Amino acid sequence: MMNRREFCKKAMIVVGGIALPLTALEVFNPKSLQAEKEGTGKVRWAFLVDTQKCVGCGFCVKACKIENEIPYDANVTRTWVERYVVTRDGTTHIDSPKGARDGFTTMKIDQNKEGLLDISSTDIEKAFFVPKLCNQCDNPPCVQVCPVGATYQTGDGVVLVDRNWCIGCGYCIMGCPYSVRFFHPVYHVAEKCNFCYHRISQGMKTACVDACPFGARRIGNLRDPDDPVTKIIMTERVNVLKEEYGTKPQVFYLGFSKEVK
Amino acid sequence: MKNHVWRPLFVAMAVVGCILFVRTLMVPSDFGAHERGYMYGWHRKSNEAEWKAVRVKYRTAKVCWGCHKDKYDAVRNSAHSSISCENCHGPNYDHPKDPLGLSIDRTRSLCIRCHSYLPYKASDRGGIRGINPETHFPQAECVLCHIPHNPKPMNQKREATS
Repeated sequence: MMNRREFCKKAMIVVGGIALPLTALEVFNPKSLQAEKEGTGKVRWAFLVDTQKCVGCGFCVKACKIENEIPYDANVTRTWVERYVVTRDGTTHIDSPKGARDGFTTMKIDQNKEGLLDISSTDIEKAFFVPKLCNQCDNPPCVQVCPVGATYQTGDGVVLVDRNWCIGCGYCIMGCPYSVRFFHPVYHVAEKCNFCYHRISQGMKTACVDACPFGARRIGNLRDPDDPVTKIIMTERVNVLKEEYGTKPQVFYLGFSKEVK
Repeated sequence: MKNHVWRPLFVAMAVVGCILFVRTLMVPSDFGAHERGYMYGWHRKSNEAEWKAVRVKYRTAKVCWGCHKDKYDAVRNSAHSSISCENCHGPNYDHPKDPLGLSIDRTRSLCIRCHSYLPYKASDRGGIRGINPETHFPQAECVLCHIPHNPKPMNQKREATS
């Protein structure tokens, strides 16, 4: 006759044995783990933004929305341009009406429900534009939080979303420190910039890079030492957004300013 | 050992076995850890090909050059040389098959994306020649006076006298 304690013990062993996945028995090879961490492919996409050259025309946002089939009038976009206006009293005004889809055509700052703020040119200490897009982080927090494996990183460093696999829980949208993710208004799944994966994988540039008349946006391959973008990233004074989060963003900024968030 | 002790355990094992069996049927064979490992590469591999198959809409000026070489050369030697054709003419798709013609954006709102003057000296915007759209001929389309393919002031005068 089995007593209760013994029954519980045996039941736990059996259930635990059933629940043990085969992957738990895999012996890890430290070399292959290192290769996974650093990547072995010939391509690692990276992006370079020159904030001095950006004039806030918004052609990149327009091209991105059409190229990537984001409903044009929905107030969501994979890439956007922010305007920073620092006034003489030390305050920083930031706006991005419609993600700068139609560019910046007026001095007035869009403060949402507080209306438009007109700043005279004599009050401006400095003003500039900062294009934003997915950083395709080396440590993407959005991928870590996905409970179903719908968002992932490819071998060449681009973070993609599987539209058939996404359950729309929204963890990744909250997990991204850069707020680049949103729900697609048509497919109702997480949506994000993917460096125009269909274009870069056939040798083209992204739609925003091709649309930028000023060369403010560039894309390159970090694993190619002769790539002009890689050379700039390696040798010039570039910065990344929110480095303190440890996400290792792969969108690099020239002409960074401390006001940029 | 009595049967009523084991019976719930058999049921539990059957349920677990059933779930595992259904799981093998429902999870695609290419789902698993790929290049970026368990933490970042856990996905359905065929989805990468699905993203690569997205249709290209903006096919760049290289495609325009094939038929519209005259226009291409005119723009290339002008101050607007860096602007992609498709920024004003719209995405190419499979033109001239689909669509037959492209709808050109001649509106003021297109031109003032750059040429509404903003005194932002910390960026290149402050160096672009611009106007105040509220006072500079607000009712007129820019293309009435300015030639987008060759926007030098000298050319406008020449056009006006000829």
